[in-house]
Amino acid sequence: MNLDLPPDALAFRDEVRDWLAANVPAEPLPPVDTPAGDAAHRAWERRLADAGLAVVSWPARYGGRDAPALHALLFEEEYHAAGAPIRIGQNGLFLLAPTLFADGTAEQRERILPPMARGDQVWAQAWSEPEAGSDLAAIRSRAERVEGGWRLTGQKTWSSRAVVADRAFGLFRSDPRAERHRGLTYLMVDLRAAGVTVRPIRQLGGEAGFAEIFLDDVFVPDADVIGAPGDGWRVAMSTAGHERGPGLRSPGRFSAAARRLVAAWQEGGDPGLRDRVADAWIGAQAYRMHAFAGVAASPSMVKLFWSELDVGLHETALEVLGPRAEIDRAWADGYLFALAGPIYAGTNEIQRDIVATRALGLPR
Amino acid sequence: MNLVPAPEQASFAAALHDLLSAAEVPAAADRWADGDHGPGRRVWERLAGAGVTGLAVPERWGGLDAGPADLVIAAEELGHHAVPGPVAETLAAVPVLLAGLSKSDGRPALAGGRLPSMDRLGETDGRLPLMAGLDEPGRWLRALAEGRILGTLAAPPWLPYAVDADAAGVVLFADRGAIGAGRIGAARCSLDRTRRLFEVVPAGPLEACPAVGRALDLGALVCAAQLLGAGRALLEVAVAHARSRAQFGGPIGRFQAVRHRLADVAVGLEFARPLLYAAAVTVAPRDVSAAKVACSDAANRAARAALQVHGAIGYTQEHGLGRWLTKVRALSLSWGTPADHRARVLAELAKEDGWN
Repeated sequence: MNLDLPPDALAFRDEVRDWLAANVPAEPLPPVDTPAGDAAHRAWERRLADAGLAVVSWPARYGGRDAPALHALLFEEEYHAAGAPIRIGQNGLFLLAPTLFADGTAEQRERILPPMARGDQVWAQAWSEPEAGSDLAAIRSRAERVEGGWRLTGQKTWSSRAVVADRAFGLFRSDPRAERHRGLTYLMVDLRAAGVTVRPIRQLGGEAGFAEIFLDDVFVPDADVIGAPGDGWRVAMSTAGHERGPGLRSPGRFSAAARRLVAAWQEGGDPGLRDRVADAWIGAQAYRMHAFAGVAASPSMVKLFWSELDVGLHETALEVLGPRAEIDRAWADGYLFALAGPIYAGTNEIQRDIVATRALGLPR
Repeated sequence: MNLVPAPEQASFAAALHDLLSAAEVPAAADRWADGDHGPGRRVWERLAGAGVTGLAVPERWGGLDAGPADLVIAAEELGHHAVPGPVAETLAAVPVLLAGLSKSDGRPALAGGRLPSMDRLGETDGRLPLMAGLDEPGRWLRALAEGRILGTLAAPPWLPYAVDADAAGVVLFADRGAIGAGRIGAARCSLDRTRRLFEVVPAGPLEACPAVGRALDLGALVCAAQLLGAGRALLEVAVAHARSRAQFGGPIGRFQAVRHRLADVAVGLEFARPLLYAAAVTVAPRDVSAAKVACSDAANRAARAALQVHGAIGYTQEHGLGRWLTKVRALSLSWGTPADHRARVLAELAKEDGWN
């Protein structure tokens, strides 16, 4: 066991730190799901890509550096420590891309990954439906076989980033006679195509962070099926694993927040909050060490840990700030965002059931 | 960067698990609680045979001079089996303190004072083995490594009492930066039936010992490892019970109230472990304290959940769940309370200026 970073990792970290110090915008960008914010965040993605920092662990041919996973973790730490903008491309970068690496074709990777890495193509998720939330296998949106592809009809909801996204990926019922997990196909759909209607949904904080997607006979070519038709559930569970794991919610995010919390408490925070502040830092450090340790972990355990950590950390921060907290944009927004954690990517109740069944072997 | 135990560390843990599974530890712990250390000492002799008691002893005194990671691997398994006796003291703190006294030429570091002859060890005629001095720490180290004696200490404020001093051949008193032999006073019963806590005062003037800080940190680290192992055992027995105990026509493990509680226990243990291993790499006060807090919390959550899942049967002495449950509570208050360690984490963070 050791905690040493190899020389190339240290050099990489320095490079990232220097670049971020010189390039992170001094003022926050406009909210990502507005037209102005959309443009500003895409422009930021292009700058990252031009610096070779957008997707460091990807193969070079798709815009990456072929860097080891450790570098991606270090990049995330520096990124969050520097207070850099939210990644508008995160659905694609952290969820769809790993799915394409695992189950996509070479043609799909060549076509989809480079524009994704540059922020030219922004992706939304299309999983949940009004009658299929935690029970994802209950989805009804149909994919009908036609010449050269599929026609999609149905409704998706809670679709993150759909307000500004160009395309979406999700699960559709391609065999109407099959039930539950069978007969589902994983498809990518153009949100600008005929028959698509996106209706923004305002969230707790007032921004339209997700949307409903109505699909009325929308054509998707065969080239946009990931994996085999009918094998969508398996492919989707691979994506869900990435969503729940440290790829999307990197330790850097929580380490940075915990450091800010400790600093805020040290500047005159209530001594009575000492233990909770310590616990927030310890939790963030545990998540960090867990990610850096290189242990194979259940994505459901990872999701349970970071989502509960995030809520606790932000609740504590608000108490440390006291009555000023409600007007502190960064912490207040962070708190509202943290509250979503135990819900998205599969509710924590579903995750606990998965842990109980798969990791502990308890009967259903 | 790597916090995964090496293959030889994993096989060491597996070998200790097998050794302890075959050593009738529950019976030995019962006898230990009744004041009969014989069966427990035989467990410790087997541990010594596997090298456990020599891990922190320098090679020239018959030890293995192993690193903190090996100590943590071993201590987790001792916690997993709820081995009775002064674990963190014998495995880590006492050998590190004695080695800190031992001069490089191997000659006595302390002058004066009498000590019981090594030949008379074990012939205490019912009296407590009382050390009057600490010359020739190397001989004591060798006795520890060979499993002939156990060690314990008092080190206020973390350790106001010395645990199981009546079973120990060497009893130390440690203060900031100084140690000496301890004189044993009255004994108190712990909420953990297998632990007896002894008042200890210095038997003579204390000698400077720069190893005190590291010895206490290693003790807290080993205690954290014991807690993690005990927490894992509690989860295992609770899961086994939830699978086999039937109510309302089937196993209780199919109810979400039970499933979710045990899942949360599993998550707590899963994320305490990397802190423990990271602390074994650095042995930095900040990291040791973070590990102690996380392992205490995870183990105490496991204890509460395990008792609740068992119901009344878990509350009986006969069942044996209490061996872990009471030890977890006692150990989480020992070697620094959770509040001590949380305060120390923040105090250490205040000294740092970078992002670490």
